[in-house]
Amino acid sequence: MTIAASRIEEKLYQNRYLVDSGRPHIKVRRHQKPSANLLALTRVCPAQCYELTDEGQVEITADGCMECGTCRILCEASGEIEWNYPRGGFGVLFKFG
Amino acid sequence: MIKEKFDAIVVGAGMSGNAAAYTMASHGLNVLQLERGEYPGSKNVQGAIMYANMLEEIIPDFRDDAPLERHLVEQRLWVMDDTSHTGIHYRSDDFNEAKPNRYTIIRAQFDKWFSRKVREAGATVLCETTVTELVRDAKDKVVGVRTDRTGGEIFADVVVLAEGVCGLLGTRAGLREMPRPKSVALAVKEMHFLPEEVIEQRFGLKAGEGCVIEAVGTISRSMAGLGFLYTNRESISLGIGCLVSDFAASMESPYVVLDTLKNHPSIRPLIAGSEVKEYAAHLIPEGGYKAIPQLFGDGWVVVGDAAQLNNAVHREGSNLAMTSGRIAAEAIVQVKSRKRPMTKQNLALYKTMLNKSFVIKDLKKYKDMPDLLHTNSRNFFTTYPQLMSQAAQNFMRVDGTPKLDKEKATTTAFIKARSRWGLLSDMVRLTFAWR
Repeated sequence: MTIAASRIEEKLYQNRYLVDSGRPHIKVRRHQKPSANLLALTRVCPAQCYELTDEGQVEITADGCMECGTCRILCEASGEIEWNYPRGGFGVLFKFG
Repeated sequence: MIKEKFDAIVVGAGMSGNAAAYTMASHGLNVLQLERGEYPGSKNVQGAIMYANMLEEIIPDFRDDAPLERHLVEQRLWVMDDTSHTGIHYRSDDFNEAKPNRYTIIRAQFDKWFSRKVREAGATVLCETTVTELVRDAKDKVVGVRTDRTGGEIFADVVVLAEGVCGLLGTRAGLREMPRPKSVALAVKEMHFLPEEVIEQRFGLKAGEGCVIEAVGTISRSMAGLGFLYTNRESISLGIGCLVSDFAASMESPYVVLDTLKNHPSIRPLIAGSEVKEYAAHLIPEGGYKAIPQLFGDGWVVVGDAAQLNNAVHREGSNLAMTSGRIAAEAIVQVKSRKRPMTKQNLALYKTMLNKSFVIKDLKKYKDMPDLLHTNSRNFFTTYPQLMSQAAQNFMRVDGTPKLDKEKATTTAFIKARSRWGLLSDMVRLTFAWR
């Protein structure tokens, strides 16, 4: 685990979530080669939900998502990701906001 | 699920949605408000500073029971490089008034309070409900919403879209475009808890008084961005926001930028020993006047962040949100009281009323500012802060160099970095964008 990855896990650990198991609200479509914006998400996503696999695919684990919408702004129009809000009551639950 | 038809459905329980729902319910309208969070505020993130006047217009006696953190007596505007800060501080005892002008708030707590007022005014508030789609009739008029609860559609004469900066419903329905990467900032923030007295000691405050710092400079790593530190009663909100387009181009990680800010020698002592209890991220509309979309149509209006109503220069957002929500509600109440249908033509009243308010007037004043700051971010967020820091240090440090030589060195540094023409052009463009 990289230093950045352990640091973000420490941060997300403070937060409260109700994860909708098996129903991720964001999906990445399979791609030949990630676009610049999709690749940027592996760095720019504030919860570091996006990762580049050894096979060159960008994948998402949305459990720590704070629903900011940055990935939607960068990658929904190109069709690379499918973005929705979690079902009512699920997802991040800010204690302070 | 719900058979009855409402006068209005409000989507979202943030500042603009609560202002709209409260205002309509107070005027006797049958209002349903839908919120996807477990409780109102659970999805909302803000710095946060709340301006009293705009809330007073809605709930005049809010000070009696609203959860307010500290009233602001001091504001610091900093320009930072990697080791220093310089800037302007304004502190005045005049801000210790019977009805203070600005408060820090914690949104999850404040929004719960606001929502209680909405319910007391008579609106029905339904949480844990994500609206998935707008329902339209054969003539394309918005007549209701679909939610993720079973039981299908809920109908109303008008839908108030207070859905926040992402604006999923409105953009999917083609009512407006999705915000562009260069017209939204991604802000990340942490809540640092410290004993009340420690915060008061560090900032030289009496009980209840608050201080805020807002900073530009190398902290945003050449991206167009702003750092902030707000004192709450027993916590400090510390964060930084930069344009999404700049994040994507630079591949900077927001939490690394935040951690660098936390470790800056000017910031670190202010939060030393704190316990972090939350890390949050949110988008902020930054496009200004030119990014404001169509605000009304057949059976709908859009308010708050979803309408990009945010004054980035003055860092005001929630007051524009509250005001647009209130004004949209007042327009709807007027249309309803004349027994007219909620058509595009009649709902245009909202825009007419909003144009007369500070909301549109302020945004219009700064209409050219986003373009200027966003396309020259390196100059404004790195080069000038570094030059200002060097100039200040050169001025302060006494080392036997004759003063004339010191001044010459400062002038030369500015010209070398930006050229005479560059300096002049930056000054002229900034002046025009400010006017």
